[in-house]
Amino acid sequence: MSIAAKANTLWEYANPRKFLATSERVLPFFWMTSFVCLVVGLTWGFFFTPDDYKQGSTVKIIYLHVPAALMAINCWLMMLATSLVWLVRRHHVSALAARAAAPIGIVMTLIALVTGAIWGQPMWGTWWAWDPRLTAFLILFLFYLGYVALWEAIEDSDTAADLTSVLCLVGSVFALLSRYAVNFWNQGLHQGASVMRAAAITGADTEEKVSNIYFYPLLLCIIGFVLLFIALVLYRTGTEIRARRIKALLARERLNG
Amino acid sequence: MIALLLRDLKLAFRAGGGFGLGLAFFLIVTVLVPFSVGPQSSLLSTIAPGVLWLGALLACLLSLDRLLALDWEDGSLDLVATAPLPLEAVVSIKALAHWLTTGLPLVLAAPFLGVLLNLPVPGFFWLVISLLVGTPAMSVIGTFGAALTVGLKRGGLLLSLLVLPLYVPTLIFGAEVARRGATGMETQTPLLMLAGITAATIALLPFASAAVLRINLR
Repeated sequence: MSIAAKANTLWEYANPRKFLATSERVLPFFWMTSFVCLVVGLTWGFFFTPDDYKQGSTVKIIYLHVPAALMAINCWLMMLATSLVWLVRRHHVSALAARAAAPIGIVMTLIALVTGAIWGQPMWGTWWAWDPRLTAFLILFLFYLGYVALWEAIEDSDTAADLTSVLCLVGSVFALLSRYAVNFWNQGLHQGASVMRAAAITGADTEEKVSNIYFYPLLLCIIGFVLLFIALVLYRTGTEIRARRIKALLARERLNG
Repeated sequence: MIALLLRDLKLAFRAGGGFGLGLAFFLIVTVLVPFSVGPQSSLLSTIAPGVLWLGALLACLLSLDRLLALDWEDGSLDLVATAPLPLEAVVSIKALAHWLTTGLPLVLAAPFLGVLLNLPVPGFFWLVISLLVGTPAMSVIGTFGAALTVGLKRGGLLLSLLVLPLYVPTLIFGAEVARRGATGMETQTPLLMLAGITAATIALLPFASAAVLRINLR
């Protein structure tokens, strides 16, 4: 009963009018909180944490690198979810949200790659290494490019939504496959996961994870990036809906005139 | 089904073009590599497995935009789609025809081009085996890409952009088999992975290709 009630409230937003009204109401909240989180988190991270004993001040790029990389992957997952919703339930808002998210994902992937290269030059002594994680991100970048290019290439918007959704599903499988294939292909230079470990929940300061001094501002930056991503997707989806409306109005006008 | 396969094969043989194009491209890539990296035979024999795999992959890619586009243009794709044969079977047959006219010749030509690149003797066997196992996956994945872009005016470049990332796992495992085989290392693990990818794509991807083709023919 409660699940059914919940599902009803979620699907209400498939109505573009309802979606626009609600997103306009909550958008200022997302913009403000993400702005506050990012300003506080980045200032705290850059100016009020000590230099790492081995990496020096270069460690501070983590406050941009990790959240951007996280969002780059989660953005693709969001596109996968919205593509599935479009294929199953044919809600236009869902397809437009996927379309709106893709360029954000490209930018996040680029931020992760570029900040990684800037950090890698002094630390690893190279801008780029064919490390599994780096390579997988490059492949993800290619997937994003192909996805956006396919959206742009097809004129009929429903056909484009269908085709890109299928591409997103198939691409997800192959992206995952590539991630493990490159693991097999080359040993890694990139450090392992060190942020979201068991110790992060208990708050214990252990060797296996990033030190708490860096962790709290990093957490703030991650929250800021998540909120920023949500705000951008809502905003861009609203733009897409309005663009679609303008097209419909123009078509109607031509028909009448 | 067999009639459709025979028709595709006949078209490929008699119309020329597609059949020789892939092979010629493979030859060109192989011939140009020594000019660009230098003629030292030790260097060439190190990179030979990878270069041959890459050449085969690109030759395969080159022939993809003819795979469905010609049938789309003359309208026979619509006829085939309305025939009682399920569209999944049609795209499988298309992929098979593509493999027979492009993949198989590449496999057969690879050892001769291996001689040009000074491929080590044990490498020949593994190169042929890995290409034999890997090229069907390339045809099936390519059919999916061709089905995605079939309605577009200039889909060629987009097709490459869409298909190349999908080829990554196949290329990694395939070239790994050939590389390990050439240096006398154990090849079972990557070969099994490659075979797994091929089997899975043959089993599953025709459904996606058919779904996409239905959308495009709508």
